[in-house]
Amino acid sequence: MSGAVSGAVTSAVTSAPALSIEGIWKSFGQLDVLRGIDLEVAPHEVIALIGASGSGKSTLLRCINLIEPIDAGRILIAGDEITAQGVNVDRIRRRVGIVFQSFNLFPHMRVIDNITLAPRKVLGRSAAEAEAAAMTLLERFGLAEKAREYPDRLSGGQQQRVAIVRALAMEPDLLLLDEVTSALDPELVAEVLNVIRELAAGGMTMLIATHEMGFARDIASRVCFLDSGRILEQGSPRQIFAEPREARTRQFLNRIIEAGRL
Amino acid sequence: MASDGVRLEDVDAVRPPRVNPGPRRAFGPGARPLLIAALSTAVVFAVLAAIVVNAPGWPRFQQAFLNGPIFWDALPKVAGKFLVNVRLFLVAEVLILVLGLVLAVLRSLPGPVFFPVRLLATLYVDLFRALPGVLVIFMLGMGIPALRIEGVPKDEFFWAVVVLTLIYSAYVSEVYRAGIESVHPSQEAAARSLGLSRWQGLRYVVLPQAVRRVIPPLLNDFIGLQKDTVLVSFIGVVEVFRQTQIVQAARFNFTPYLATALVFLVVTIPMARFTDWLLKREKDQRVASGGSRSSASMSRVNQTLP
Repeated sequence: MSGAVSGAVTSAVTSAPALSIEGIWKSFGQLDVLRGIDLEVAPHEVIALIGASGSGKSTLLRCINLIEPIDAGRILIAGDEITAQGVNVDRIRRRVGIVFQSFNLFPHMRVIDNITLAPRKVLGRSAAEAEAAAMTLLERFGLAEKAREYPDRLSGGQQQRVAIVRALAMEPDLLLLDEVTSALDPELVAEVLNVIRELAAGGMTMLIATHEMGFARDIASRVCFLDSGRILEQGSPRQIFAEPREARTRQFLNRIIEAGRL
Repeated sequence: MASDGVRLEDVDAVRPPRVNPGPRRAFGPGARPLLIAALSTAVVFAVLAAIVVNAPGWPRFQQAFLNGPIFWDALPKVAGKFLVNVRLFLVAEVLILVLGLVLAVLRSLPGPVFFPVRLLATLYVDLFRALPGVLVIFMLGMGIPALRIEGVPKDEFFWAVVVLTLIYSAYVSEVYRAGIESVHPSQEAAARSLGLSRWQGLRYVVLPQAVRRVIPPLLNDFIGLQKDTVLVSFIGVVEVFRQTQIVQAARFNFTPYLATALVFLVVTIPMARFTDWLLKREKDQRVASGGSRSSASMSRVNQTLP
């Protein structure tokens, strides 16, 4: 209750960062996955999270969406603390969209119903209103003719674009993308990355965990290198990719270059 | 036999020549395996029939179980009472589907707050799966009306429905629960991440998928329910089995049982075939979709930059 009230006050202050992460820790049993992450994201910023598998990128995104509860620290969205006791989790999630590596479309629903479910049931929009909004988004991303199809009739790239549209339909303040091209055939990666480019150009605040280094270099306003649950180094794409300060970052990027991926 | 042989040759004549007819033939849809199957089936049935007909008690058996006039006299009587079973089955089935689903949902409620709910639902399911149906029918069907509580119905049909619902909802809830658990947790995560509440995620995302998957096993349980409707004859419902006993006792002849068996076969076998067909179709679909999924995960290995 008090969280909602203070939230209304603080979000009126325009200078509040879109997202503030203050010293969050997360462990699964004995394993510390996040070990004190601090990060501040300004509105319209695009943050690329890079790092080896297991460095905590996905867990960080899942914590921001409150899919995983954190063990210590605070997360604030536009000045509202979302990790406080008694906060309505469902209300937060409306403001934070997340797209998963494995699409996770609802297989028993048509594309249009996948997209309109949450706007209708959570935001209370009418079916007509939600469908009109969904069709606008589908047209924008070249998926209008797929609206009446079931997800299994779509290619991986189309499914992932639908998943992005589904998250956008909730009009989130912040979009989290968790390795969204990692499950795609190589020739389908580009269509998904183009969607994300367009969103960045449109001013969407995004956190992108990715293995696509070229893409991270092109699109990100800031790149964060995660190493064993900490942000070891962050900076502009130019700085991180051209002159990394940390030995671990250099090592990671060298391995990527050896693999022919940068 | 001779005509089979002619047809066999005709079929082979139209068929295009095979590249490797040798080993494939034994598994293929050729006419030869079909012929062998028909022959061996005929032989087996002939031997069985010979054993039965030559048994020392066969003439008496014929008299007691295969009496034509009694059969035709009994058939309309038992078939008429079979309608009671059908009615019982239909009413109970609706209630079972609802109660089973409620129990399954209660058992899958997460968190420590709902522990007593889960405990009670689990006890219920354990209890009614552990007890023989006949015992439950006797104890509840006789016991509760005997209490003569004001407003509690004494009607046997009512108690028959209650008892069947209690027993079968325990089984059916387990089927539902298996279905709910078969839906990948990422589906619930996706629903919750869109801001849907736990209940909304269950209602719109998990349950529709779960129920679709368990329709064949549910039908399987309902074949059992159709047959178990005869159990309520023990608490005085005059249904098909009770009616059969009445006719049998009046005529001192067991042929009415044969008539009742036929009535059940006519209803149950199509349902069993339908269930098998559904199961097969579902399996085929799983195989088809599983194939395409593995190619998607393979692509993780080689990603290139745009």
